Amino acid sequence: MTKHETEIVAGEKAPTIEIIREFDAAPERIFRAHIDPELYAQWVGPRSVSTRIIRWDARTGGEWAFANDRDGKELASFFGSFHEVRPNERIVWTFTYEGQPDGVALETLTFEELERGRTRLKVLSVVQDFETRDAMLASGMDVGVNEGFDKLDDLIAKES
Amino acid sequence: MDENAERLNRVFAALSDPTRRDLVARLASGDATVGELAEPYEMSLQAISKHVKVLEEAGLVTRSKDAQRRPVHLDAEVFDLMTKWIERYRREAEERYRRLDALLERMTDEKQTQARKKDAS
Repeated sequence: MTKHETEIVAGEKAPTIEIIREFDAAPERIFRAHIDPELYAQWVGPRSVSTRIIRWDARTGGEWAFANDRDGKELASFFGSFHEVRPNERIVWTFTYEGQPDGVALETLTFEELERGRTRLKVLSVVQDFETRDAMLASGMDVGVNEGFDKLDDLIAKES
Repeated sequence: MDENAERLNRVFAALSDPTRRDLVARLASGDATVGELAEPYEMSLQAISKHVKVLEEAGLVTRSKDAQRRPVHLDAEVFDLMTKWIERYRREAEERYRRLDALLERMTDEKQTQARKKDAS
């Protein structure tokens, strides 16, 4: 398998983040992994939490909601609508973190077919302002810090 | 908040303005005086000078001691800091997509298993 690296482009002129990643699978399968709730829950979200689907109607005009749990306790929840679902080609959805109910991101996913049954996935997120965008970019840092604290918790528990 | 985080706040705040992002883009190709920077704009020299000051306070640019010209110089080191910061977000996305890679492999296996079951029956 070829090695793929995720590429991130932070927009300079507009508050956008674009994530670009290639996969060794045809667009149909990557698309399915995004719209089938059972499959989606298996890979989305930080490693340390599980994803619980609440509502899922993956068609143009449909809606979705899921929550992230750790040890049976809800940590965060998200919701949005499927603005457009175009099989194997494109998904446009809105994305709101319930902890920040006034914020909404508009995400456009494109599944680009490459040679030898491979796919390039592009996820373009547009957010309200640069401040929100930068806070999002910083959230990767928060996850790292939280996971660090978890490890510390484990260590303390073992010592006592 | 540590020193780096505070510095990043200042950098991102400084770059939240389109004119200042423009100035940084121009300085990336070489040093320039405030007068030279102001040329393409319908803005007063004072306005450009103010923008440069914000960039300077954010640690994005430095001004040389050359009293006559005082050219503005882009400090590329601060971009390393920003790149590192974005790198953390990138790593999160990468981990997520590695899980998707693994899932896609399992999806193939299931298909093959089902196909084999069909063949066997």
